[in-house]
Amino acid sequence: MAHIKLQDGLPGIRGPMAFSPQTAKPLNALAEVLLRDDNNTLTRGERELIATYVSSLNDCFFCQNIHGAIAGHYLDYDINKIDAVKKDFNATSISPKLKSLLSIAASVQRGGKNVTPEQIEAAKNEGATDKEIHDTVLIAAAFCMFNRYVDGLATWAPEDRQFYVNRAKQRAEEGYIDFDLYNVSVKS
Amino acid sequence: MPYIPLVEHLPGITGLLEYSKDTAAPIRELTQILLRGPSTLTEGERELIATVVSKGNECKFCTAAHTAAADVLLGEHETSEKVKQDISTAPVSEKMKALLLIASQVQKGGKNVTAALIDAAKKEGATDIEIHDTVLIAALFCLYNRYVDGLSTITPSDPDFYQSLGERLFKYGYNRLPQGYDHLKKNGVEQH
Repeated sequence: MAHIKLQDGLPGIRGPMAFSPQTAKPLNALAEVLLRDDNNTLTRGERELIATYVSSLNDCFFCQNIHGAIAGHYLDYDINKIDAVKKDFNATSISPKLKSLLSIAASVQRGGKNVTPEQIEAAKNEGATDKEIHDTVLIAAAFCMFNRYVDGLATWAPEDRQFYVNRAKQRAEEGYIDFDLYNVSVKS
Repeated sequence: MPYIPLVEHLPGITGLLEYSKDTAAPIRELTQILLRGPSTLTEGERELIATVVSKGNECKFCTAAHTAAADVLLGEHETSEKVKQDISTAPVSEKMKALLLIASQVQKGGKNVTAALIDAAKKEGATDIEIHDTVLIAALFCLYNRYVDGLSTITPSDPDFYQSLGERLFKYGYNRLPQGYDHLKKNGVEQH
């Protein structure tokens, strides 16, 4: 049961967003610009994968599953490949640049001071730009916020991982601003 | 030295918010609503939540900045110092102690917030909205602290810098200054 009175049947972050629409607006606007803005040299799939990895490190079931499913949709990865990235991204076929960015994201998740000049250097050597490094750090930091919002209020999330996979295409297309918060075909 | 090129006259978070204005806009809006919007928690109480979380994340810049903002709002320095040392003995209400304890657990991780901590806050009169806002403020500062330190921004050592920053946050809140920040430049030297 959630720590505060949230509307039944709204999974994950949707409950607190319905509870507090005023704060939901900038939260969604931030997700939109970080994860979907086209003025970005990281693909939407790469950015969703950073969000997924950080959410996995924070052990946030809802966030890692919905963002993992959306990343999978963009990158054409199935759930096993997403799980492989979460388990050991170095052993997967993602690009060396993305590996270096995921390494930075993992350090951010533990705490900002964990990011080392060597990690930044390694990312730059793989071709990462200043903006890509900036966005990686901010996506990782933002998901340290979103994950805590979702779990700190003990929100409810569907346990069936296929639920998230089934919704990924629609979520990817509608984005984080123009979507119906209450359009969820699942019972709690 | 910051990991990306940031303007020298804006250390800490401000340089980052000016580097990436499209991401800064929603972050600023969220902060303004949470820390300065209508609430049954005072602005000073909300700055104390930001201070305690920043301290827990060992972010020196944010801790000093929000300590200064809390001090300006509360009109004294004692409360902010004491909540950083020990929430249970700090000179704040029992309700605030319960909320600050929730914020401290959010800082460690969302799942650390227990039903017992929530019950304790509710017994002291905390409303669902106050609990919601406490969790989201704490979560937001987990973003800020990582953003500031993750890109290795400059942390000024001069206490006067934070005093004037605290006064700016008191007067103008978290919206971007309409005139920008060029007035803080002075002969290439950081002005306080």
